[in-house]
Amino acid sequence: MSRTGTDRVKRGMAEMQKGGVIMDVVNAEQAKIAEEAGAVAVMALERVPADIRAAGGVARMADPTIVEEVMNAVSIPVMAKARIGHVVEARVLESMGVDYIDESEVLTPADEVFHIKKNDYTVPFVCGCRNLGEATRRIGEGASMLRTKGEPGTGNIVEAVRHMREVQSQIRQVISMNEDELMTYAKNIGAPYELLLQIKEEGRLPVVNFAAGGIATPADAALMMQLGADGVFVGSGIFKSNNPEKFARAIVEATTHYDDYKLIGELSKGLGTAMKGMEMSTLQPSDRMQDRSM
Amino acid sequence: MTVIGVLGLQGAVREHVRSIEASGAQAIVVKRTSQLDDIDGLILPGGESTTMRRLIDKYGFFEPLQQFGQSGKPIFGTCAGLILLAERIQGQDQPHLGLMNMIVERNAFGRQRESFEAFIDIKGVAKEYEAVFIRAPYIVEVGEGAEVLAKQNDKIVAAQDGHYLACAFHPELTDDHRLTKHFVQMVEESKKTLAS
Repeated sequence: MSRTGTDRVKRGMAEMQKGGVIMDVVNAEQAKIAEEAGAVAVMALERVPADIRAAGGVARMADPTIVEEVMNAVSIPVMAKARIGHVVEARVLESMGVDYIDESEVLTPADEVFHIKKNDYTVPFVCGCRNLGEATRRIGEGASMLRTKGEPGTGNIVEAVRHMREVQSQIRQVISMNEDELMTYAKNIGAPYELLLQIKEEGRLPVVNFAAGGIATPADAALMMQLGADGVFVGSGIFKSNNPEKFARAIVEATTHYDDYKLIGELSKGLGTAMKGMEMSTLQPSDRMQDRSM
Repeated sequence: MTVIGVLGLQGAVREHVRSIEASGAQAIVVKRTSQLDDIDGLILPGGESTTMRRLIDKYGFFEPLQQFGQSGKPIFGTCAGLILLAERIQGQDQPHLGLMNMIVERNAFGRQRESFEAFIDIKGVAKEYEAVFIRAPYIVEVGEGAEVLAKQNDKIVAAQDGHYLACAFHPELTDDHRLTKHFVQMVEESKKTLAS
């Protein structure tokens, strides 16, 4: 007797990605570059976030042809994005055998109120979060992995830093809180009480939490690891740089050895130009992908 | 005290550390080759085998790891670690460390949606052992002298060959430490033998 789709199998898959880099790719060629550089998984997309931002309009699940092409090209796990609340996109990706689904604010939400009930799926999900309330609500819905939202496609690390610090700080508060204070705190941040209790007892989130949204350099990746990330997603940062192979390898190494500054210095030499970044204050409220869901 | 290292380049490192400690040994995370001198046995954890291999090469771990195994010190490979240990990998021209006499198949049970949990019996180690298989490999064939310890759906999922131990599942993801304890005992015995 064997059981598929259990919490342990779904969360365990993310545990195996720890200390690694997950890279956005738009075709088989990029997927192979990512695998060769040591990525632990790839995210198959039609466009990287920076291009989604530039293109405007409605961003949807990628053409299944692209996802299939990537799945056939590499032996590492393949992830793909579904719109928030779009149960059919998610089921389609699951039926194709995608290894992980990102219910992602990078795409235009299909539902502005509700997320997918991810517990019902055999395939695991990763979701974005800015704080412990969002993090635990997503876990409550069945997310098996978390990532910071950051601000995708900007090449600016500031929002990912804000979100990682916020989540870590709130976890520390929960741990040091008296149990009789926990229910009110749960109400205030909109978190499921049972999950906060579990975090208090275990001293950590029940799922891994990666950094995402704005990582553009090896030093950015190492910074996020130092702030407590279990690994990093790099979206536009690699294939929008002018030397993707080199950037990909350097980011992988900086993630492994995030406290070896001499090495990160060496890795950062002569890398060429990183992706062009954006300052947050130049973004209109409607351009902020992180505010697309709660 | 017996000291067991966990290769800490990528993957489920923390869980193995916890499991080693729960089994009564001291655990250290090995990120540099010099640390191999400080340990009596080594665990190659689960993660992505291609990623780990790249980092093994990058940080000059390849030969030191082979020498570590050839010196008679025990190595336990779990999931991706099993692939690193194998002498032959189906569909690939070259193995990784090639230390343990067996042929393995990667992602052999399917993609993530086929990942599963099952109760298995591990010969001489544990009955009704809850094993977690994640995009798991299996062992197609073990070489002469190696012992098959467990099967799932007729596929070999755990084996031992002298001081090498390998399993396709993740003993570090549950609170059942019986297989890790078995490895700790292997290390303790090898310490005595290597000392004499």
